[in-house]
Amino acid sequence: MANPKIVVVGGGLAGLSATIKIAEGGGNVDLFSVVPVKRSHSVCAQGGINAAKNLKGEGDSTWQHFDDTIYGGDFLANQPPVKDMCEAAPAIIDLLDRMGVPFNRTPEGLLDFRRFGGTLYHRTAFAGATTGQQLLYALDEQVRRYESEGRVNKFETWEFLSAVLDAQGVCRGICALDLRSMEVRTFPADAVIIATGGIGAIFGKSTNSVVCTGSAQSALYQQGAYYANGEFIQVHPTSIPGDDKLRLMSESARGEGGRVWVPKTAGDKRDPKSIPESERWYFLEEWYPKYGNLVPRDVATRAIHKVVYEHGLGIDGQPMVYLDLTHIDRATLDRKLEGILEIYEKFVGDDPRDTPMKIFPGMHYTMGGLWVDFKQSTSIPGIFACGECEYSYHGANRLGANSLVSCIYGGFVSGPQAVSYAKNQTKSDTSVNGAFDSERKRQQEINARLMSSEGSENPFRIWRELGEIMTKDVTVIRYNAALAKTDEKIVELLERYQHINLSDKEMWANTSFVFTRQLYNMLQLARVIAQGAALRNESRGAHYKPEFPERDDANFLKTTKAYFAPDADEPRFEFEPVDTSLIKPRPRKY
Amino acid sequence: MAQNGKTVIIKVKRQASPDSNPYWEEFSLPWKPGMNVISAMMDIAANPVTREGKPSRPITYDSNCLEEVCGSCAMRINGRARMACSALIDNLNQPVTLEPLSKFPVIRDLAVDRSVLFENLKRAKAWVPIDGTYDLGPGPRQTPRQQEQAYPLSRCISCCCCMEVCPQFNDKTNFVGAATIAQVRLFNTHPTGAALKEDRLHALMGDGGIQECGYAQNCVEACPKDIPLTDAISEVSGQVMKQAIKDIFTR
Ligand SMILES: Cc1cc2nc3c(=O)[nH]c(=O)nc-3n(C[C@H](O)[C@H](O)[C@H](O)COP(=O)(O)OP(=O)(O)OC[C@H]3O[C@@H](n4cnc5c(N)ncnc54)[C@H](O)[C@@H]3O)c2cc1C
Ligand code: SF4
Ligand code: SF4
Ligand code: FES
Repeated sequence: MANPKIVVVGGGLAGLSATIKIAEGGGNVDLFSVVPVKRSHSVCAQGGINAAKNLKGEGDSTWQHFDDTIYGGDFLANQPPVKDMCEAAPAIIDLLDRMGVPFNRTPEGLLDFRRFGGTLYHRTAFAGATTGQQLLYALDEQVRRYESEGRVNKFETWEFLSAVLDAQGVCRGICALDLRSMEVRTFPADAVIIATGGIGAIFGKSTNSVVCTGSAQSALYQQGAYYANGEFIQVHPTSIPGDDKLRLMSESARGEGGRVWVPKTAGDKRDPKSIPESERWYFLEEWYPKYGNLVPRDVATRAIHKVVYEHGLGIDGQPMVYLDLTHIDRATLDRKLEGILEIYEKFVGDDPRDTPMKIFPGMHYTMGGLWVDFKQSTSIPGIFACGECEYSYHGANRLGANSLVSCIYGGFVSGPQAVSYAKNQTKSDTSVNGAFDSERKRQQEINARLMSSEGSENPFRIWRELGEIMTKDVTVIRYNAALAKTDEKIVELLERYQHINLSDKEMWANTSFVFTRQLYNMLQLARVIAQGAALRNESRGAHYKPEFPERDDANFLKTTKAYFAPDADEPRFEFEPVDTSLIKPRPRKY
Repeated sequence: MAQNGKTVIIKVKRQASPDSNPYWEEFSLPWKPGMNVISAMMDIAANPVTREGKPSRPITYDSNCLEEVCGSCAMRINGRARMACSALIDNLNQPVTLEPLSKFPVIRDLAVDRSVLFENLKRAKAWVPIDGTYDLGPGPRQTPRQQEQAYPLSRCISCCCCMEVCPQFNDKTNFVGAATIAQVRLFNTHPTGAALKEDRLHALMGDGGIQECGYAQNCVEACPKDIPLTDAISEVSGQVMKQAIKDIFTR
């Protein structure tokens, strides 16, 4: 096959990286995305991207980056691909620099680097406060160049629904939905790359963008792909609770002296400034006298969660605590924190220089995702995956600024892998045509059923209930009894889903219909997360069980692999040993 | 949960499809702290009933990041083109009127087709022509000052607010609009990007080109990202003029 046709689903950093490699290598790409690719979630990343360039005379090395990543991930990641990623990272930064990313510079004109969590080195390159946006745009521009040369064909505002699998279970293309005309169509491909990002919407509100539903990953899991380490969910300690989403509040607020507290009396309605010191509880300072407000992310997150859900002391009965900067003078705040304080002002409407900020841990990132081998291939032949939607680089916990590099690296590996896979494929025979027809019909039937469904359930309310219970019981602190209840609740929601009544039955740009389809997949994937958490009776990285507070390498130094049992309509689990051939596991103690 | 019994009135200009007639609908919602236009529309979706108690449908609109960085949610709010996710209800006069951008084809309700900007970026070759993605070492050195000049231009979120408010951006002139011109400036300034400078300037000449701009400066006021648009337009105008003269002598 001279010029293979590859379908890439997703145009965030991962999907665009894969696309560029394929187009450069002479392949043709059909690029699918729910939103115009330039509006993908990757634009939200602010902090930066890691690479051990060692430009600060600190003796940093790619091995050190590798060690920090494995250690930070509590030894759950298979080590060889992580090592390869860390070795590739410096050249990736150089390439982005050549593409015109306006990285911050040193006086000499070299790239500047900052320090991030989980390392002692200045290893994070950044472009102002919008690194993700700048990286995405650079890749988007290169893809636009290939688009104008005819190598890339964009299907923006098209949603991937499912893979088309032949009788042998080999992927022959995809089935997708035009989000305007609502047409269901199949697209043949010699190989498919999935780069559909995060799953924040399963938790209702998160720091993720609206389209991060995990629907595509879930659809593939239901078609037979393994989903790995789903129970590992990163929660950021300080996000700004919003009615619509949780916006990130940078760690630097605490770094500059911000203090976290709650009123000692539950439901205290007073203006925070009028609550006397003696009636405030600075719980982080009390519990962790050594580090105070600057305990590591997971510790701070757990403490806040406990105060709200176990002590019932959230502000005004809501899941929120104060992050207080008002004791610091305005000039200092403006000099050091202006950018992030503006975000708070813009979206909350209060000035954090005058009023304590209200913050709460927010679901931020999934370490788990589609299972892939060391070459980004999923368990379905012909389907590759890269970016946040796959599981392989971050183990039990992701280090800050490591996601962007894993997305780009994963894209750079999966693109050429998909091409070489496609070149080795024999031309599919005509019997495959039936597979396209039947997959399209299957999807059209799902649509028809949903459109004609009569009942009283509103999908957005089911979604809110899912988000509430997932956030409460499957994020920060996990108890087996609560996890079992969560799974029961999801089963109940799936049952209620059968009685949904769509208020909008138009077959044109029907966003609530599209959302309702995604909701089904969210519910199915939520069970993988909840049950995976229930099975892992230990504490590791972001997964914490008070009943099993220690890491248990003897039993759980293993990748969780979930697969869908169609007859039972629920997940089944297997465990796979982790490749720790390069760095021997040691206790994780910061 | 209604707090203090306060309500919010939202008035939406709706349209079922590109060629159907627009109509207005009003919704009354319980006020919540920190509400913005998007969260209000999410509440409508969870209970799509109009102010008069008539069953309605969720509103179609574009959104993604909800933190004013993806550029999806531009619309006219109380008559002004701006981003819905950063429009706090408490800062808006009521009723809050929501209308689609007026200069782009309506898809449905508040969602419009803004692909014209992406097409313009293609015509303007808004990219750095690298040789390839293989390892060629670092890019050209740049001073912090150069970075400080490029960075603000590179923050354009392609929301099209600048085009919506521009008196020259209409079917008669075919004017490309301020956003594309700012990107031309960005790439013409980049040491490698400058290789395509002439192509970009030619793309901005003639029908719909930069000379259509009347310097009304509406664009720079509407831009949610404070992109220095008028600076970019005068700089690029100068470049286009020089290029035009050069063209005369080299043809
Ligand atoms: C607020 C915030 C700040 C962050 N900051 C940093 C940081 O500083 N450094 C860092 O390293 N990481 C950071 N992260 C994490 C990082 O941003 C993400 O992990 C990364 O951007 C994911 O990129 P992606 O390419 O995998 O997916 P995305 O950028 O989410 O792209 C997914 C793509 O898939 C498409 N898509 C999804 N589903 C479908 C479907 N069914 N059909 C068709 N298309 C579909 C979407 O339209 C989109 O184009 C941050 C995350 C958040 C939330
Ligand atoms: S200056 Fe005026 S005419 Fe020129 S682009 Fe801006 S709004 Fe349009
Ligand atoms: S220049 Fe400003 S207003 Fe125009 S598209 Fe860019 S961000 Fe939007
Ligand atoms: S939703 Fe992204 S800019 Fe408003």
